[in-house]
Amino acid sequence: MSEIQDYKSKLSDPNSRRFETFSYLPEMSQDEIRRQVQYIVDQGWNAAVEHTEPENAFDHYWYMWKLPMFGETDVDAILKEAEACHKEHPEHHVRLIGYDNYRQTQGTAMVIYRGPIEA
Amino acid sequence: MASKTYTAGVKEYRETYWEPDYPIKESDLLAVFKVTPQPGVDREEAAAAVAAESSTGTWTTVWTDLLTDLEHYKGRAYKVEDVPGDDEAFYAFIAYPIDLFEEGSIVNVFTSLVGNVFGFKAVRALRLEDVRFPLHFVMTCPGPPNGIQVERDKLNKYGRPLLGCTIKPKLGLSAKNYGRAVYECLRGGLDFTKDDENVNSQPFMRWRDRFEFVMEAIQKAEEETGERKGHYLNVTAPTPEEMYKRAEFAKELGAPIIMHDYITAGFCAHQGLSNWCRDNGMLLHIHRAMHAVLDRNPNHGIHFRVLTKILRMMGGDQLHTGTVVGKLEGDRQSTLGWIDLLRKSYIEEDRSRGIFFDQEWGAMPGAFAVASGGIHVWHMPALLSIFGDDGVFQFGGGTLGHPWGNAAGAAANRVALEACVKARNEGRELEKEGKDILTNAAKSSPELKAAMETWKEIKFEFDTVDKLDTAHR
Repeated sequence: MSEIQDYKSKLSDPNSRRFETFSYLPEMSQDEIRRQVQYIVDQGWNAAVEHTEPENAFDHYWYMWKLPMFGETDVDAILKEAEACHKEHPEHHVRLIGYDNYRQTQGTAMVIYRGPIEA
Repeated sequence: MASKTYTAGVKEYRETYWEPDYPIKESDLLAVFKVTPQPGVDREEAAAAVAAESSTGTWTTVWTDLLTDLEHYKGRAYKVEDVPGDDEAFYAFIAYPIDLFEEGSIVNVFTSLVGNVFGFKAVRALRLEDVRFPLHFVMTCPGPPNGIQVERDKLNKYGRPLLGCTIKPKLGLSAKNYGRAVYECLRGGLDFTKDDENVNSQPFMRWRDRFEFVMEAIQKAEEETGERKGHYLNVTAPTPEEMYKRAEFAKELGAPIIMHDYITAGFCAHQGLSNWCRDNGMLLHIHRAMHAVLDRNPNHGIHFRVLTKILRMMGGDQLHTGTVVGKLEGDRQSTLGWIDLLRKSYIEEDRSRGIFFDQEWGAMPGAFAVASGGIHVWHMPALLSIFGDDGVFQFGGGTLGHPWGNAAGAAANRVALEACVKARNEGRELEKEGKDILTNAAKSSPELKAAMETWKEIKFEFDTVDKLDTAHR
């Protein structure tokens, strides 16, 4: 068995902050993001994009990018909006949401572009 | 209408309580019992006896029977069926008029359905297999104080199951050391930690001290990780007064969730606490100590699917349902059946899952299914495939037993879970490709790699005692 490793996480290090689903995995590639968008579309959910400054990520309400894309099933169109949001706010976390209007909840939510964090 | 006359004496139950042509009403409460009769008692008579003893009947005719309309109030046995693979026992289906039960009182329903009749001499063994609660009755019950959607919204957890861990050793830690174990789990990436069911307020750790240290652990882990966290503070207590005192203090500290043992504490106390949680915006985690006393024997007792239904009606936001894959009893098809009963709004009769009746829940919210006991990272693909997103996976030893400690153990579980969710969303088959998915995720997580090396060989391969009734047994 390997030697015991220290768990690196501190209040003083902003890089210790997480942001829920998939934030313990490496940042997704374009291709991986595409597959998650496809999943949202396949579930019949409505895609939406939100963004925030990394230091405000704990808040429930982030800034909405335009409006949720109701009825949009074109994966490229959804990706384009997410990219546009990221380009305009390169310093922000950008979150992809799948709204499930039948169950009155978010079917999923994941950060797909991570804002740079300076320690 | 012809008037009846009074004749004293003992009549056969079937004369009054066996009615194979009875047209079932939508508002009737339906029950199916597995009856093992005494030798020489025929099926219709035994079924009628169960209907009688669990509703209006007694052993002899009494004159006051004639002061009321027994035709209206009596329960009726309306069908008997073979039990597959069992020559002695049979299923007896009984319909009870809704008037027999107090609105919103599971206590009252159970006092009738599983009361005296379970000690009744004419049957050798009796098991309540399933109950169809009519929507009319369901709507008089409080239901989960928050429900799945509200819990997700409050905790900001979407698109994945939640992760928990029961703090061990379950007895003997001081409050401050206990809080340390909680903090380590939460900072490593778990959503919840949990009091063990035995932890109430013992001399080595009084409840108030535990609540205070645990809350500090939650708050620090939230600040550190930027995620919402909780710990199921067990408010199970010797008296309702004490239970409410502990719940109030948890609220005062800002705790998001408390826990209760609904069977040992009793249904009356439980439903009261559930109402309190609704009033106070508190999430309610439910443990089920003592359930196996009632539900494990295939011939006598109460099936867990019934205990699941009554918990949903009395109220709880998370209920332990067994893991299928861990160290505790649980058949896969049967478990899938009661998980549906806990979470969905309409469940169809499906004998392959042990569900005897269609069940309509109307607007009553569902609750999370909690899988806990003997599970670790290698079980993650199967757990996600069985439970889907609306589950809470509790890794006790599977977090605390990590060679580098709780935080690393927690991180390993979180990485494994997220890798499985991501793979599922991509359309991959979890139970087939599980090893590949985890091995790949471990490349960027030394914590997961170490966990996979630690637990690789552990398996629980005992057969389940309580299986679905099938002919090939």
